Amino acid sequence: MSQNHFVLREQEYGAFLSALRKLRTDAFAKVVFLVDKNGTLLASTGEAVGLDTTALASLAAGNIAATGGLANLIGEKEFSILFHEGERDNMHISVVGDRLILVVIFDRRSSVGLVRLRVRRASEELAKILVAAEESTVEDEGVIEELTEEDIESLFR
Amino acid sequence: MSFINYSSKEINCKIVYYGPGLCGKTTNLQYIYKRMNPDARGKMISLATETERTLFFDFLPLSLGEVRGFKTRFHLYTVPGQVFYDASRRLILRGVDGVVFCADSQLTRMDANVESVENLRLNLEEQGYNPDKVPLVMQYNKRDLPNIASVAELHALLNLRNVPEIEACATTGIGVFETLKATIKLILNDLRKGGR
Ligand SMILES: Nc1nc2c(ncn2[C@@H]2O[C@H](COP(=O)(O)OP(=O)(O)OP(=O)(O)O)[C@@H](O)[C@H]2O)c(=O)[nH]1
Ligand SMILES: [Mg+2]
Repeated sequence: MSQNHFVLREQEYGAFLSALRKLRTDAFAKVVFLVDKNGTLLASTGEAVGLDTTALASLAAGNIAATGGLANLIGEKEFSILFHEGERDNMHISVVGDRLILVVIFDRRSSVGLVRLRVRRASEELAKILVAAEESTVEDEGVIEELTEEDIESLFR
Repeated sequence: MSFINYSSKEINCKIVYYGPGLCGKTTNLQYIYKRMNPDARGKMISLATETERTLFFDFLPLSLGEVRGFKTRFHLYTVPGQVFYDASRRLILRGVDGVVFCADSQLTRMDANVESVENLRLNLEEQGYNPDKVPLVMQYNKRDLPNIASVAELHALLNLRNVPEIEACATTGIGVFETLKATIKLILNDLRKGGR
């Protein structure tokens, strides 16, 4: 298997989070979150209370996957930016560093142009952090390798 | 591909329920949803047609207990079983850590089962997996119906890797949690050995 597990440490988590916070402020957004392409939430910031972030993460990933499938059919690699406009809130979804998905929810206090601009800058920062995270994955000395049969069994008691 | 978050102390894994149309994949998730303690599961999302056939996927997040101080979270997905949704099935397999193959025990569905097993192998390969290595559990569903194949027949036809197999009736829940447990064990063992 080519893929291994993906590990996120405190340090990169903190870095992701501060990049998201900065993006939220700069873009006047309501909520910003970062998801991996398989639909797992990595970090979020903003008015996320009451939002089902787990479901949002999974659907955002499904959304990128589905439009990626469409892109392939017409000979494109992927549609790396999606924009959904609602009556009240809008959603800007973009791919970062081939592996992550950045979701920005905003309302009238902001605009799609501004969000797009700020997302572009934030993406570069996030991509750098991702590279560092991937390196720490490689050298993971890991909790998982230490699991025993007993640990696993204990989940079902 | 599992995801370990040292910051929130979580291990996340993805399980996909695969199998032919109407074999009972969505029913498995519905039963798990119904029976799990609400604290331990999130909302179930079903992207389905008006006739309740899965269109893209069902999604159900579960959090089980802790191991070594890490919360274990499992994201359960179903694929759409109907043959023509193959493109969607491939997308959903992306990043999978373990597969439940849900077979329909009815004699009339044997061809569909075989086709789906082959389709699973192809799509796993396409996503860069070794289809002989991915953690897999076979569930023989609909054991309550008449005119079904014997377990020996199903085994010979479908269980080519000789993986754990479980008889089930997803509507009443027989075998549903056994299937899930068997899959989670395989996944964690597989991760532990770093065998991929
Ligand atoms: N008798 C019986 N019926 C079952 C069983 N499991 C599922 N069913 C029924 O079979 C039908 C199809 O079940 P679903 O769970 O929607 O099937 P699916 O595999 O998700 O189908 P697709 O979404 O098209 O791939 C439903 O009417 C279920 O109630 C079972 O063990 N016994
Ligand atoms: Mg279904």
